[in-house]
Amino acid sequence: MTTATELPRTEDTFIELENVTLTYGRGDKQVTALGLTNLRVNQGDFVALVGPSGCGKSTILKLVTGLIKASEGYVYVAGREVGATPIRVGMAFQNPTMLPWLTVRDNVMMPLKIVPPFRQEYGAKKKTEFRDRADALLKEVGLANFGDKHPWQLSGGMLQRASLCRALIHEPQLLLLDEPFGALDQFTREELWAVMQELWMKLKPTVLLVTHDLKEAGYLATRICVMRTRPGQIVDDAAVPFPRPRTIDMSYTPTFVSMTQRLRELIVSQRPVKETV
Amino acid sequence: MSPQARRKVWSAVLIVGFFVLWEALCWLFNVSDIIVPKPSQIIVTLWQRGPALWPHTLQTLYTTLVGFGFGILIGISLGVLIGSSKLAYDVAYPLLVGFASIPKVAVVPIFVLWFGAGTVPAVLTAMIMCIFPIVVNVATGLATTEPELEDVMRALRATKADILWNVGLPRTMPFFFASLKVSVTLAFVGTVISETVASNRGIGNVMMIASSNFDVPLVFAGLIILAFLGVALYAIFSLIESKITGWAHRKDEFAMG
Repeated sequence: MTTATELPRTEDTFIELENVTLTYGRGDKQVTALGLTNLRVNQGDFVALVGPSGCGKSTILKLVTGLIKASEGYVYVAGREVGATPIRVGMAFQNPTMLPWLTVRDNVMMPLKIVPPFRQEYGAKKKTEFRDRADALLKEVGLANFGDKHPWQLSGGMLQRASLCRALIHEPQLLLLDEPFGALDQFTREELWAVMQELWMKLKPTVLLVTHDLKEAGYLATRICVMRTRPGQIVDDAAVPFPRPRTIDMSYTPTFVSMTQRLRELIVSQRPVKETV
Repeated sequence: MSPQARRKVWSAVLIVGFFVLWEALCWLFNVSDIIVPKPSQIIVTLWQRGPALWPHTLQTLYTTLVGFGFGILIGISLGVLIGSSKLAYDVAYPLLVGFASIPKVAVVPIFVLWFGAGTVPAVLTAMIMCIFPIVVNVATGLATTEPELEDVMRALRATKADILWNVGLPRTMPFFFASLKVSVTLAFVGTVISETVASNRGIGNVMMIASSNFDVPLVFAGLIILAFLGVALYAIFSLIESKITGWAHRKDEFAMG
């Protein structure tokens, strides 16, 4: 196995991880979550991170938002060290984390209340405009008449759609998805892939997607990075050549299947070998 | 009849039945007025002495509400302070429990010493009676906020104040209102204790004087007034609670499949 084929740094580079190491704990209990990881992501790219569990996929997302700091190395976002340039970030998790006391529409509008420049305009003047925007987005994901409902009145799939709306309402430059479709059934999942693809093609944010589903990665991403564990590192970085918009049928073509098979073997070979006594 | 209406009817039957039984037992065993007056007699007393009792009722209500209001303000502030960090929660809790365990009757003489007899010690006693449940509930509500809910906000670069205002406090509301229902009745207890010990106004004082005159029907009339005020305030806060925190009580509704 060769090291990751790295993208050169260009004007389009939006995210850059340079020799990033991250360790938790201290002394004997120290765990290296990431070891000398390098990654470059271009503006408007859709990158999927796949790999065995515990390889630090979610850690990369947290580093990029600045929620945690690298122990060593550098994280650059939009040309400067993370946190220095305020960029708009949208996030969606496996758990839709809707606030139960708000309606679905108000949940979706929450980022507008927090993130500048919308925050300053959130008063009476723009509120109707923001409402319309939330409704339009809800309509796009198939929740046209659910804005006034409360989260507990919706199913898991519907909540995840709303969660995507919340991640996108403030037109983020960077969208971070941490297994957002992981808890859904296969049919709902495939439906949401199509929704996600459509939204991405329209809004063109830079996306980092953490997933365990290789078909999902192949369907959505323009690049797939395979990670290994202990220490977490990117070991393979390949472009996904299929044209857009992609369809589910495409995932049954021989080229797609052989791609996911190659990825699968790569990940399986990354598993830590059980030591025999 | 809906199950809810049936519950209400049975509640009313129970209350009326309680007083009927009381009346009947008094007749049956020929209980003296000086020991336990009959409910009918208490009603007559309330009617006859009503004009004289009214200002005292207002005084007690006023004192309780002022004390309760200050209690809410201080309770929320302390609760937010303690609940917003794990460290503060752990550090401050023992002291708080210590304060809470002091019998409040014991504090009244100190307040009287500082502020003289009258309204001020009663307000303060009502206040300290109701602070503790509010602090504990607000702090617990904040401290148990799901980290995922906060993560959503933090990823948006929300400030601590943003998170408190948009996630922490709304989530704490059900806890807060549960504590208000307890606290409002405790505030009455505080007021009456203080009025009994050191005041020349209020229902507590009326009952004190009445009992030293062996005017037992008047003592019981005072009790009835206090019970009525307590129930009324409890009902008001329950109503506000169901309006504001309806999202937390949704047993009867089904989620969509």
